[in-house]
Amino acid sequence: MRLYHFASPATFYPLAGTLIPYFIALAVVFGLAGLWLGMLVAPTDFQQGEGYRIIFIHVPASWMSMFIYLVMAGWAAIGLAFNTRLSGMMAQALAPTGALMAFLSLWTGALWGKPMWGAWWVWDARLTSELILLFLYIGYMALTAAIDDARRADKAGGLLLLVGVVNVPIIYFSVKWWNTLHQGSSVNLTKSSMAETMLWGMLLMAMCFWMYSIAVALMRVRTIMLERERHTDWVKALLAGGEK
Amino acid sequence: MIHWNSFADFLAMGGYGFYVWGSFGVTALIMVVEPMLVARNRKVCILRLKRQLGIAGRHLAD
Repeated sequence: MRLYHFASPATFYPLAGTLIPYFIALAVVFGLAGLWLGMLVAPTDFQQGEGYRIIFIHVPASWMSMFIYLVMAGWAAIGLAFNTRLSGMMAQALAPTGALMAFLSLWTGALWGKPMWGAWWVWDARLTSELILLFLYIGYMALTAAIDDARRADKAGGLLLLVGVVNVPIIYFSVKWWNTLHQGSSVNLTKSSMAETMLWGMLLMAMCFWMYSIAVALMRVRTIMLERERHTDWVKALLAGGEK
Repeated sequence: MIHWNSFADFLAMGGYGFYVWGSFGVTALIMVVEPMLVARNRKVCILRLKRQLGIAGRHLAD
């Protein structure tokens, strides 16, 4: 089957190498278009003035922080169920980017909260659960780094990922379940409370963050593959062939 | 089409400049530094593996 073919590191490695430049190019194009719409064209918000423009990175970073975690948990489930080599490498390649996205979500949130709420931080359900997400990322990275045997590290890390996945719906629905200071969602499938240019700017930025995350994760997974498969013939042949 | 009257206007962000640019600045920094670190790790890893495998330079590649 094709899927199994690409699940082998020896075939995935060159495929990832081919795809990376395209994802970088897409990230740049989406980013420029999103910044142009969001920062130059979109109108002032009637409540938050120009301060609302933080949304163009705050929302994409927050979405990515949750989505990357779900993807990692998905890989962890596949790895634990089928004992595939690629899944653990994928989860590890995604973790630092996911952690940075969670950090950016909190950082831009603090810079948004200060002028709008008067506080950098409040122990509100949305903010607290996002902070827990950052700790889950850091915990996963620390745990897998502490275990020498890569396959055992994958198993332990995978278990942590699967237990922690319960936090993601809590983040997402926190603004509905609890009475929080954090505003409700600005976008949903049926209606949006934003002006058209604002919405498009944000969606383009989300695409940019998406492409960026894929590009960086693919870059990182290639290194992890070389490291873990260093005893295999394909890695030896690649290195002997002058891989840079 | 362009929302701003002047560049100074754009920088000021209606008084929210510190918060807006503080957000965008740190994001831009991370998105530049992270791929650089990943690329550097890759170089270091490849050099180390080549040394371990006894592939010193590219004489073996030819």
